[in-house]
Amino acid sequence: MDYGLLVAAILFVLGLVGVLVRRNLIFVLMSIEIMLNAVGLAFVAAGSRFGEADGQIMFILVLTLAAAEVSIGLALILRIFYSFKTLDADTLSRMRG
Amino acid sequence: MEITFYVASVIAIISTLMAITRINAVHALLYLVVSLLSVALIFFTLGAPFAAVLEVIIYAGAIMVLFIFVVMMLNLGEETMRLERQWLTTGIWIGPVILAAVLLIELIYMLGAGATGSALTVDAKQVGILLFGPYLLAVELASMLLLAGLVGAYYLGKRDHGEEEA
Repeated sequence: MDYGLLVAAILFVLGLVGVLVRRNLIFVLMSIEIMLNAVGLAFVAAGSRFGEADGQIMFILVLTLAAAEVSIGLALILRIFYSFKTLDADTLSRMRG
Repeated sequence: MEITFYVASVIAIISTLMAITRINAVHALLYLVVSLLSVALIFFTLGAPFAAVLEVIIYAGAIMVLFIFVVMMLNLGEETMRLERQWLTTGIWIGPVILAAVLLIELIYMLGAGATGSALTVDAKQVGILLFGPYLLAVELASMLLLAGLVGAYYLGKRDHGEEEA
């Protein structure tokens, strides 16, 4: 199933395009989730190619990373929205410490 | 069984493409849930049923619910009811419903055929033996990562009195 890796690559590129193109922070976070999901798909596809369970183990670790990342990211987004009343990344880049 | 893999892949790519091009975050989340469900079906056809179950429970369940909570929290107010009515017109949800219905038909077909996808099925028992054997240190590190995420989200989500000095 080499097509599994192809699908994973396409999904990863779509997520990367989303990160680069969208300026809303929620969409950026969603695109990062898409990219992490594509990486997990690549691991599972490679693991199933050889009939080993290691791919699924790596998928579980990626899943853990995604869960931790999305909780921190959404907490940061809420904090930014309450402070600046916007989620536009270009506006936020003028932020001064 | 090859055809189910291709159909699920095409649905995953289409729904992901729709998800990153929507203007509204709720519409994008609808397509993203369909994308994650189709990736779960791809896992099933690849012979990884445990990963498919985890994908549905954690990604399409927990993480997407977290996203929807935050999107709903960000637009509280008087016009929420009006926006709700405006978002849920038929033209909005018919796309994700059609894609999800194709996935459902595919799942029913696979269950009816009585096969688990590929010949090399790696079930949950093998994953568990490996997870708590050679990969035990990785499990401990993952638990530390989740603890750090919990503490960080608690600290960041706490609303203090002066938002300016935060």
